Amino acid sequence: MPIRENVIVVGGGLTGSIAALSAAETGASVRLVSYKKSTLRFASGLVDVLGYPNGDGPVSDPFAALSSLPDDHPYSLVGEGAIRDGLSLFDEVTGDGYRGSHTDANALVPTYGGTVKPTARYPTASAAGLASDARSMLVVGFRSLTDFDARLVSDHLEAAGVPFDVRGAELSFPKEYRADAKVTRFAKALDTDEEIRFAGRSVGMREAVAETVKPRLKGAERVGFPSFLGDEHASEVRTDLESQLGAEVFEIPMGPPSFPGLRLEDALFAALDDAGVRISSGNPVVDYEADGDRLQAVYVDRKRTRVPYHADEFVLATGGLVGKGIDSDRSRVREPIFGSYVPHPSDRYDWFDTDAFGDHPFAKFGVVVDDEMRVVGVENSPRFSNLRAAGAVVGGADGAAEKSSSGISLATGVVAGRGAGASI
Amino acid sequence: MSDAETPADTTNPNVAQDDFEPVQVFPEAEEMDLRPGADNCYKCTTCDSACPVAEVDDEFPGPKFQGPEQWRLKRKEDEDIDASVMDCSNCMRCDNACPSSVPLSQMHNTARGEFVDEQMEKLSREYIRNRLLANYRTMAELGSKAPRLTNFVMGLGATKLFNEKVLGVTSEREFPEFAEQTFRGWWNERGGPQVRSEDKRVAYFHGCYSNYNTPEVGKAMVRVFEEFEYEVVVPKQRCSGTPMFANGMLDDAKRAAGINVDTFSGLIADGYDVIASCTSCSMSLKQEYPELFDLEGIEDVSAHTYEAMEYLRIHEDLQGALADSEVAGQTYAYHAPCHARNQGLDRQAVELFRDVDGVEIEDVGPSCSGISGTYGWKSEKYETSMKIGEEMFEHMHHASGNVGMTECPTCSMQMEHGTGYEIRHPLQVLEEALA
Repeated sequence: MPIRENVIVVGGGLTGSIAALSAAETGASVRLVSYKKSTLRFASGLVDVLGYPNGDGPVSDPFAALSSLPDDHPYSLVGEGAIRDGLSLFDEVTGDGYRGSHTDANALVPTYGGTVKPTARYPTASAAGLASDARSMLVVGFRSLTDFDARLVSDHLEAAGVPFDVRGAELSFPKEYRADAKVTRFAKALDTDEEIRFAGRSVGMREAVAETVKPRLKGAERVGFPSFLGDEHASEVRTDLESQLGAEVFEIPMGPPSFPGLRLEDALFAALDDAGVRISSGNPVVDYEADGDRLQAVYVDRKRTRVPYHADEFVLATGGLVGKGIDSDRSRVREPIFGSYVPHPSDRYDWFDTDAFGDHPFAKFGVVVDDEMRVVGVENSPRFSNLRAAGAVVGGADGAAEKSSSGISLATGVVAGRGAGASI
Repeated sequence: MSDAETPADTTNPNVAQDDFEPVQVFPEAEEMDLRPGADNCYKCTTCDSACPVAEVDDEFPGPKFQGPEQWRLKRKEDEDIDASVMDCSNCMRCDNACPSSVPLSQMHNTARGEFVDEQMEKLSREYIRNRLLANYRTMAELGSKAPRLTNFVMGLGATKLFNEKVLGVTSEREFPEFAEQTFRGWWNERGGPQVRSEDKRVAYFHGCYSNYNTPEVGKAMVRVFEEFEYEVVVPKQRCSGTPMFANGMLDDAKRAAGINVDTFSGLIADGYDVIASCTSCSMSLKQEYPELFDLEGIEDVSAHTYEAMEYLRIHEDLQGALADSEVAGQTYAYHAPCHARNQGLDRQAVELFRDVDGVEIEDVGPSCSGISGTYGWKSEKYETSMKIGEEMFEHMHHASGNVGMTECPTCSMQMEHGTGYEIRHPLQVLEEALA
């Protein structure tokens, strides 16, 4: 059995990475197996613990609100300590790339829809944008970037009653790209400080962007950009813009491909490498081999070839409906790898609420786990004694509505990973 | 082939396995079209952000357009394939990026084939040049008859000028040298397999490059497998077809595939698995053949094809075998070829050599090398190719080693071209470690 580890974690997003790191901390040998690019490239990069419990909120202290959650909520299963452990592991991994660890209170971070999101940790790049800060703000958008409308953001922020003056300005990017230019182009131009012709001379892209923004500044103390201010050299891009504008510069998280999400993925994978976690990505796990109640191996599909990956312990961190850890057809909802029990009404018309923003049952679909994150069956007994699950594949929470997705990933990831590692 | 004919995909976790029968709204397609999987695209643009060409070429509309959108456009009568499909380098990164398993590269290959067949002028310089590049093996076979002469001629300024001006092959690059003796020549001279075995058998798909240009890679492969007591055979073979797919020469590719599939499927019946040392070759046999051609035995060949080191990792305790080994100290800057990345093999060399005494290995990051086989040899693509490669060159310079490592022959040309480093294949290092 050549490809063999103590622990195999299936899934390469926030949950899988945290589970693998937690398992590795116990001294176990760990391999992370992932299929496609993770949903982190769709993620805002904000790490929220709890903003709207049971549809109420926003709450200022997520920990104080934990007791109001139902018993089958993942937070109720793992408890406050696990959430704190998850956050401190996250802080360790991200270092000075993230802020928010100084307080239990939620920070309020503006989003590209102009809403204000209560969140526990936020990228340093977004730090100057907090809505609780009273300094005047200019939000800058670029015309060819249709996903981000600066005036809409500023209007919405104003309507939300933020305690500062905010204006929006739609500008032309100093270099013309095709109409549907990808944000990656803007990011790269800033990252490399591409030389361009601007106002009759040759200048670096960062300077050209600053010059474009300057006339609209009108005394604003901070300037928010869509989150494409560089990729590898993001903090350098920001510092350069700040010194040229004489104002603080911050990023407002955007839709996919999301640089804050991608940068977080880079930080996680670097931490995995440092921890000696082996990574196999690019092929899906499709099947398993078990001996009685113990899993022996998972099978990875290599285009008509099935490659076994053996381990003593397994963690399922494949995500929810978006990440495709949970799948559905017209007749049922299922977890596709192990066929784990996913409770759901038999009539599919009961899977959703008729109100678009209502309390949708489908949002909470997922596998059932015990307080050690072991996957259990219909009778509440572990299906396999060495299979745990974590993150969005676990049912019981509507992470998107509660603003709890990342916190659940961290808390359950730590419990599952640590438990798997400790069982060796 | 259309997905109306494809049997239920029992291996894809993203496809629901149930008894639900969709209404057949399209007539049974006899010919390949662009449709399979197009409806799964929900326009998230993840593929566009993974495309190395779109990253540097503002005019290139990206994989989402070349695949699913092209299909929708094509549903109108008299719509041509957009000429920009020829700017796709066939790195296939979009496949790996798509969260919905849309077979983008299959769609691009199909579209490119149709474009070349129906819209390209067969007497044009571009067509003739592409055909020559795609059929590298034919040229190589001639060239390798007199390697020294060929190397001399190809290195001449006059030859380069001719290639650039008449053919549109860039004069910026140095032609890869032909080896004094081909791999097959060496193989025959040594008298074929040195190990015979009933149950450990592999058939080597050496591809063109390790045969004509870097036989040392093929020799390393043979020695490593014989060290593990495998019987290695080296059947007659053609080009894997990779450069043909990339140039839309699907008829040429199908001919080559027919010969390869015929030979290798016969060997599979005798208990051999197919191994390749070039990740584009293994990708071709494993993925592109069954996606594009309907040939007898093709599924079998696909299911039994492996990259050489991948095969050892699955079947042997490679890590254990290397546990006590030691090599002369060397630091490598490793680049994972796109076609290794897409097969999930991008980290195996780093993982394996990290524990070998004497070897320092550093991954130079996820960027594409930019050469993409014949792509970077075309005069009009050279600049794009080098722009894509810039990130890799920069990372290589920053890496502590000044010897490069990669599985892909053309990536290695680009690495050498951009940095001047010597480049080795992981199998060569493996051979050294096991010796």
